[in-house]
Amino acid sequence: MTEKKHAARKEIGDVAMGYDDDAGNAGVVRTRYVTFDQPGQELALEGGGTLAPFTLAYETYGTLSERKDNAVLVTHALSGDAHVAGLHSAGDKRPGWWDMMIGPGKGLDTDKYFVICANVIGGCSGSTGPATENPATGKPYGTDFPMITIRDMVNAQMLLLDHLGIGKLLAAVGGSMGGMQVLELAISHPDRTHLCVPLATAARQPTMAIAFNEVGRQAIMADPNWHGGHYYGGKSPAKGLSVARMVGHITYLSDEAMEEKFGRRLQDIHDYTFTFSADFEVESYLRHQGLSFTNRFDANTLLYITRALDYFDLTRQHGTLVKAFADVKARFLVMGFSSDWLHPPYQLKEIVSALRATHKHVSYYEVESHYGHDAFLLEREKMEGIIAAFLASGAKSYTPLAPPVAPAG
Amino acid sequence: MRRIDYKLIEDLVPDGSTVLDLACGDGDLLSELIAHKHVRGSGVEIDQAAVEKCIGRGLSVFHGDLDAGLADFDDQSHDVVILSLSLQQLRRPRMIVREMVRVGRLAIVSFPNFAHWVPRSQLLLRGRMPVSRDLPYQWWDTPNIHLCTIQDFRALCREEGLCIEQEQYLRSVEKPPPARLLAPNLLARIAIFVVTRC
Repeated sequence: MTEKKHAARKEIGDVAMGYDDDAGNAGVVRTRYVTFDQPGQELALEGGGTLAPFTLAYETYGTLSERKDNAVLVTHALSGDAHVAGLHSAGDKRPGWWDMMIGPGKGLDTDKYFVICANVIGGCSGSTGPATENPATGKPYGTDFPMITIRDMVNAQMLLLDHLGIGKLLAAVGGSMGGMQVLELAISHPDRTHLCVPLATAARQPTMAIAFNEVGRQAIMADPNWHGGHYYGGKSPAKGLSVARMVGHITYLSDEAMEEKFGRRLQDIHDYTFTFSADFEVESYLRHQGLSFTNRFDANTLLYITRALDYFDLTRQHGTLVKAFADVKARFLVMGFSSDWLHPPYQLKEIVSALRATHKHVSYYEVESHYGHDAFLLEREKMEGIIAAFLASGAKSYTPLAPPVAPAG
Repeated sequence: MRRIDYKLIEDLVPDGSTVLDLACGDGDLLSELIAHKHVRGSGVEIDQAAVEKCIGRGLSVFHGDLDAGLADFDDQSHDVVILSLSLQQLRRPRMIVREMVRVGRLAIVSFPNFAHWVPRSQLLLRGRMPVSRDLPYQWWDTPNIHLCTIQDFRALCREEGLCIEQEQYLRSVEKPPPARLLAPNLLARIAIFVVTRC
């Protein structure tokens, strides 16, 4: 691995902007859409009812091998989408959200692996969600959209794998909510992935995260433009959504990262204005992040997805965490980040201990970083070698999914 | 050339057992134990590059600091816990020995014997802190902060109420051990202890 300039400049925030020499080297990609509307493709939801038809937006990078043994599914976090790497056009200044990790020669090397990323159901970036037209009414679902869970998100992506003709993934990789999907996939579809890499996540949504999510939801629902979730065609609850995003952003940073990036510095002024305008850089940053989020994200999706996060609890579902993982077959590389206060390392170690209790193959790595929860989107050098090594060694022990045995007689 | 201390440790590990190798480094010993003794093995290692090597070899490894103890490992969850030539680098060696017998039924500890005649004579005759093949560092840059002797380790086991099941002595990691070694505390460079809770 060569030392690259990317150590020099780091951006904290939503997306690691193109600071690398090899930014966007996964090339120009196009988002694709697949609609599941055939009998048997209804999505039975954990909370009851079905979702049909439904569409998934997805992107792929690299080439699927003839034996279909090199597919890597990347699952996204709360505000992510299918555009995980590369560019949408030649002049695109904004590569995908995990571009630092995906491309030729990167941690998930697209010269070797076929990388897939899909927008989750309930999302607002091409997959079916609350802003989608409800076939029953001809109007957007709004809050008539059914409640969805992490398991529902995973089940939908399994249909995408079927569509792509992939029986068993080489690996499933994801951080935060993406990590929860990775855990769920390993448990409810144990034959569909050989390796699992959950990052900066937890086996159950921690109380503090539920609390912050509730603040975000209340901000949206208190916005007079929310109208019980049926605001499409009119003004959107942008103010509420932007406050929700500001709260979220605080949880993605850390005390140290905020001191370093902003300190108490003032924004373009020499002295306090003695008003409520954004005097401090940190205020200005949060306002900007909140506002720009409203241009690309739907408030109802934030409600639905934070609820899916809050309901995620493998212990509640399976009795104990050890039981939850008892039948998993995948090998695990679990990664925690030292300054992550949304999912502190102990939450990752809980996963490791539970896997180890029934002698699963599991490794744990803790990245030393002061970037907080966002570290998994930023700490390229500290992650990519280990992830690449895990995939390379795992590829050697990959065995394809046994074809279904024809019923006797 | 295969390390003799690894070979001796391998002979002490039951076939097919579950093994935890503390400070496993690049995973050399673990790999040998998996290949030759079919153990279900995993390691603990603090260094990023070493963890990466272990993972690249397909080993299961836990990135952690032994000075913080083994809180992430359950009581009696392993058949064997190994600490090879690293005891002297830990801040709390007594605590880790206690942790080893808590987590494992059998603890195997190897360490350089500071009472070997070479370091002894350097201290006695030259009045300087010993620098040798086994302990190549100057006093001011050595990672070996808790050196002990065979007698010292026996005393620690007594104080901890641990039973010493076996002691083995080496004069080098490259040479086969002597059939019998009189006065091991004077003549052994490296000692390997197998201890259990009595």
